[in-house]
Amino acid sequence: MTNPTPEAVNLAERFPAFVSAESRPGYRGWIIEPAHLLEVATALRDEFGFDYLSSVTGVDYLPDNKMEVVYHAFKTSGGPGLEFKIQMARQDIVEAPSLVPVYPGAELQEREAWDLLGIKFTGHPDLRRILMWEGFAGHPLRKDWKEPYFEEDIKPFKNRWPDGHIIQAENKNPFGDNLAYPEGFDPEQAKFNPEEALYDALRKYQVNEVGLNTEHILVNMGPHHPSTHGVFRMAVILDGETVVSLKPVMGYLHRNHEKIGERNTYLMNMPYTDRLDYLASMSNNFAYALAVEKLMNIQPTERAEYIRVIMAEMTRVANHLWAIGFLLNDLGAYFTPMLYGQEERELILDIFEAVSGSRMMCNYFRFGGVARDLPDDAARKIQELFFERFPRRVDEIERLLSENEIIRTRGIGQGVLSGEDAIRYSAAGPLLRASGIPYDIRRADPYSIYDRFEFDVAVRQNGDIYDRMMLRFEEVRQSIRIVQQAIKQLPKGPITAVKPQYTVRVPPGEAYGRVEGPKGELGFYIVSNGKANPWRYHVRAPSFINLTAFEPMSIGQKIADVVAILGSIDIVLGEVDR
Amino acid sequence: MEELYGKGIVKGLGVTLKRFWNTYWDDAVWLARRITKGERRYRSVEGIAHRSSKDARGIFTIQYPEEKLPTPEEFRFLPFLIYDEGENGTKTLRCTSCGICAKVCPPQCIWIVRTTDPATGRPVPDPAEFYIDADICMNCGLCAEYCPFDSIKMDHNYELASFARNVLNKEKLSRSAAYYETIRPANATRENAARAAKEASRLAAHRPEMA
Repeated sequence: MTNPTPEAVNLAERFPAFVSAESRPGYRGWIIEPAHLLEVATALRDEFGFDYLSSVTGVDYLPDNKMEVVYHAFKTSGGPGLEFKIQMARQDIVEAPSLVPVYPGAELQEREAWDLLGIKFTGHPDLRRILMWEGFAGHPLRKDWKEPYFEEDIKPFKNRWPDGHIIQAENKNPFGDNLAYPEGFDPEQAKFNPEEALYDALRKYQVNEVGLNTEHILVNMGPHHPSTHGVFRMAVILDGETVVSLKPVMGYLHRNHEKIGERNTYLMNMPYTDRLDYLASMSNNFAYALAVEKLMNIQPTERAEYIRVIMAEMTRVANHLWAIGFLLNDLGAYFTPMLYGQEERELILDIFEAVSGSRMMCNYFRFGGVARDLPDDAARKIQELFFERFPRRVDEIERLLSENEIIRTRGIGQGVLSGEDAIRYSAAGPLLRASGIPYDIRRADPYSIYDRFEFDVAVRQNGDIYDRMMLRFEEVRQSIRIVQQAIKQLPKGPITAVKPQYTVRVPPGEAYGRVEGPKGELGFYIVSNGKANPWRYHVRAPSFINLTAFEPMSIGQKIADVVAILGSIDIVLGEVDR
Repeated sequence: MEELYGKGIVKGLGVTLKRFWNTYWDDAVWLARRITKGERRYRSVEGIAHRSSKDARGIFTIQYPEEKLPTPEEFRFLPFLIYDEGENGTKTLRCTSCGICAKVCPPQCIWIVRTTDPATGRPVPDPAEFYIDADICMNCGLCAEYCPFDSIKMDHNYELASFARNVLNKEKLSRSAAYYETIRPANATRENAARAAKEASRLAAHRPEMA
């Protein structure tokens, strides 16, 4: 199969009147006139085959007085992606057409862009704030937005060095005086209810009343609920036990990772990426390093590439064993399968600790390589675990679970997401592949050195809870295969291609680096203006975007199954809320 | 709906039964080892090593705080400053207050005050004050990685529960070079050799007749 490169897809030729090629140095893709966005996007999806809209985000070009929305689309049949943008004049509220009618997967991402950047998507079915609450003043990712306790635009902060004296934030930022409300907003107002918009959106469902007209009740599950894997909340409307409407509510763990990222230097962001999906920090490091390396145009050394692949695949094994264990917790198998999975995960974390210095917050990748070489016995330990222990142990855990009647009854045919829907809702990773779409970035658009290894893309056909669990077992096996090959071929040599530096020179431009993380496509979209800090730093978080498909999967299911469906998506709130 | 005979459940319970059995079987094996070789399964180095090896089965947990996993050399937890001890017991910090650690620190938890020479008013390469806000520190280890003088390093001590905020000053941060060599022997040897080589070449450049 031939995959045309993005340049081979000539959008300007197809739509000469309102599409032009990107001309800024370091940028690529196409600029579309906002009024014609839907037309072009429909053609992209139906004529050119870019059926998968992976990432939607905005950029605030304050010096040019422009706002931009950036889209990254891919083909689920594989190949490189296509980037297109719309540009609008910068105003207090920028209006842009919504892509939800063409790509429903844009729903949560457009809400995020509205929340953080103030880009109002007309035609969006449910445009509300998503990470912030209704009483939040402004749109924080705008470049002229400042928080109530504002120090400086970029790090390093000058008061730390030289002759810096210690400042503790709580002394300068007293409680009660550390927040700002939008104009005309009074939280004390008796009639103010921040939840009203959410409940209104929830009540938009349609139901065919047959038989008894029963009363529907509204239930909030979470944010403090053991089944939600953290501070995640779902507001549901129930007809008896059956879900008729559901909205995910998030942002309880929000810290504006992206704003922090834009104040950090490039290197400082590396440990912050650990805190996104804290169960898979090596994978996060990988994606971020890839994006910055694309901008810097450097290649890691051979040995570093192999070490990176080994670490990323070990992360996948650890993450999937965790995910399977916690799905079983949600199904009521209290802790036994989870602890079985965790035993193996602990052994992997032992290796991470010896290699990177920390079990979970690894901070191990650097631009052009990795932070330090493997310690002497690490390769031997990895070899022992991946050749002798894990294949046996994974089989054992699968034997415990795969034929269990309770799991099969609760998993098979529940929470079904069809292949077409999975693509439409931009589902990624195991969620997509369990629905019969063999889309794995390691194969579809290979990065690093994944083209050198033999492995199969795990696929299952039914798209239900059970298939997602079994798919993870299969992926664990494939990851073990990759580690086995990589550790055998591990070459000697330097571990970094460039001299380790704490300030890196990143030429102006943009880059989108993505990896197949354990939870799906993890991408970093970075815009550099040549300074020490990224101008725009966006995370395409798979846990977050996979939740777009949560509502369609849950409608018509029993409320107890919704818990299991959420468990089968495998979210980590550090990444959902960012 | 498929038939529910419970065969899968029984098969799964076989796995748990085997694990349960393994724990006691291993106890018996270790009892034999204890009699023949004097090796203990619990509260011993070899027992902990076994429980974190590929052969671990049955009981897996480490009974903290009676037992502790050994910390690997690269383990990192809070930075400290290294001082070299002179012959007559003088302690000189390696830190020159260049400020690279404060600049590279992602959460910006390092504050340095430079010493200035009272006579000339020019800075002296020795920090007057050095603070690390340990509650802000994210243990990323970048300060240690980019310090050009091997002066700030990451500690191994992770038992730091306290009732108040921890702002560590210069005194609390200082540790001897000997301590560093005990927690990170391989790193210390490598760095000492590199520093000695650098010093030798510097001396050779300054006084060619002595080289």
